[in-house]
Amino acid sequence: MSHAALETRQGHIEVRNFALSYETIDGAVEAVTDTQIHVAPGEFVSIVGPSGCGKSTLLNAVAGFLKPTCGIVTVDGNAVTGPSAERGMVFQQYSLFPWKTVRENVEFGLKMRGMPKFERARAARTLLGLAGLEAFENHYPERLSGGMKQRVGIVRALATGPKVLLLDEPFGALDAQTRIIMQQILTNMWQRLKISVLFVTHDIDEAIFLSDRVYCMTARPGSIKAEIQIPLERPRQQAMMMSSEFLALRRGLMSLIREESLKAMGGEITDLGMQGLSIELQGHSIADIL
Amino acid sequence: MSSPALMTSPNQAAATAAPGAAIPPSRPEFSARAARWFRLNQDRLRALLIGTASLIAFLITWHLLTTYRVVFFVKFTNVPAPLAVYASFTKAIHDPKFLMHILLSCRRIFIGFSLAALVGVPLGLIMGRFKLVHEIVFPVAEVLRPIPAIAWVPMAIMLWPTNEQSIVFITFLGSFFPILVNTLHGMTLVDPVLVRAAKCLGARETSIFREVYFPASLPHIFTGLTVGMGVAWVSLIAAEMISGQFGIGYFTWEAYSLVQYADIALGMIAIGVLGLGSSLVIRAAGQLVMPWRSR
Ligand SMILES: Nc1ncnc2c1ncn2[C@@H]1O[C@H](COP(=O)(O)OP(=O)(O)OP(=O)(O)O)[C@@H](O)[C@H]1O
Ligand SMILES: [Mg+2]
Repeated sequence: MSHAALETRQGHIEVRNFALSYETIDGAVEAVTDTQIHVAPGEFVSIVGPSGCGKSTLLNAVAGFLKPTCGIVTVDGNAVTGPSAERGMVFQQYSLFPWKTVRENVEFGLKMRGMPKFERARAARTLLGLAGLEAFENHYPERLSGGMKQRVGIVRALATGPKVLLLDEPFGALDAQTRIIMQQILTNMWQRLKISVLFVTHDIDEAIFLSDRVYCMTARPGSIKAEIQIPLERPRQQAMMMSSEFLALRRGLMSLIREESLKAMGGEITDLGMQGLSIELQGHSIADIL
Repeated sequence: MSSPALMTSPNQAAATAAPGAAIPPSRPEFSARAARWFRLNQDRLRALLIGTASLIAFLITWHLLTTYRVVFFVKFTNVPAPLAVYASFTKAIHDPKFLMHILLSCRRIFIGFSLAALVGVPLGLIMGRFKLVHEIVFPVAEVLRPIPAIAWVPMAIMLWPTNEQSIVFITFLGSFFPILVNTLHGMTLVDPVLVRAAKCLGARETSIFREVYFPASLPHIFTGLTVGMGVAWVSLIAAEMISGQFGIGYFTWEAYSLVQYADIALGMIAIGVLGLGSSLVIRAAGQLVMPWRSR
């Protein structure tokens, strides 16, 4: 990331004293508390954490869909007040417009900006070529595989030239092989476009493989438990996932997450208690309870 | 910028493009294309074949029941035979009066239905988008909706100066509520993720409405239009039978009063064909404006 960070001056995300609670009938549900994160221009940062810890909540606040209960989100010093094309987003669910062809989907942001038809078609074709999708420009999304849909989703988010790209478990629904290919496509596009990326995942390998830095969140209410630098060199190759350096990072993150996942599943459970849990619950065997 | 580290090597691009190979390459020969068309449309051809056979069986049964004047719970004694109906059909198509009945009914449908679509679709879209409009209009619509269009006949005659207008009004009412309700339903089912995606790409309120809410609701709008067209014919025929002096509904009723039994069946069949034709038109229009839904 050495020269990428130097060349870009834009896309600095700053989240300070952040907290967000949801209003429900049973009172406020605190999803995220006391969180500080930042993403330097051109940096690739991931957030990992157990399910329900508030990763999506945090990302949606950066996107401008949710207002923080407390604290502030800024991009390049400007407070985020609502969604905007300067922050591209890729969703976990497939979110292509079914009534638009692949190219029309990619063109959408440019159309909103008022770019003439011919120009935006050319821009969309170039981008689709980068993602190896030029053969599918006239297809409707219904006819694409899951991996292709997410690729188009990424290309669409990048088409407007956003300062930052936000991704919420974009590869969660894909099989392991497709996922690895997608990761490489994403890294390549990121290296070419030199934008800042905030990436949410619960896949530890994915986070290490992709990122310059990884934030690990605590169980709900989520906050930052640890921040880990990933000093692996770039460009990253799949073979690196077997290196001792990678595996050491993986072990470290794994134990952090494990602790939090256990907490998220019900109080502080030790490994010993966990063993007991599978056989007995409060003196009853599982069979009795069921 | 000219980084060679781009992942999509030619090999990989070819690999990902492989599923596209099923799509016709540059210029396939005609016979191969025809064979593929045949294979892809096998189910439809089959349905067409069986459908034709079933219609022929229906006609034969009808013919037998009437020629032998079967009485078995229902009496076929006075029911006209298919050949008699065909005879009165050949006579009717040269009769300008019969053609005028049909033309008038079609005109009423066209005006009443078009008005219902022009009011119902936009109103449904706006109700789906603006809560206040929904809160104001919905209760009134819910109260009026269960009243069948036929029950409106006396009121319509009082409301409108001419008979023609009251019949068109009843046709309008019949199709209006299905169109409104389905459009509204379509609006409530719009996937919120798509709306968010549009916002992230810089779309403002009017663009979101035009580019997301409207196309997303189109399938339900067309369901509403199809149902609405069916109800429009039901309402029209009822209104014509009660208060008309022209129209295919009036023709059918008049045939009964004049003991022209073959004409009764002719009128019924004409209504059926017209109803079928108009719903085919709507289906075709739907495929035209929603190309992403036709395979
Ligand atoms: N609209 C809402 N109303 C009330 N509570 C909510 C709402 N949305 C989320 N929550 C709660 O806030 C917490 C954080 O949710 P969030 O979706 O951010 O988790 P997450 O880390 O993205 O989880 P996952 O990995 O499963 O997607 C969860 O416990 C969830 O129950
Ligand atoms: Mg989530």
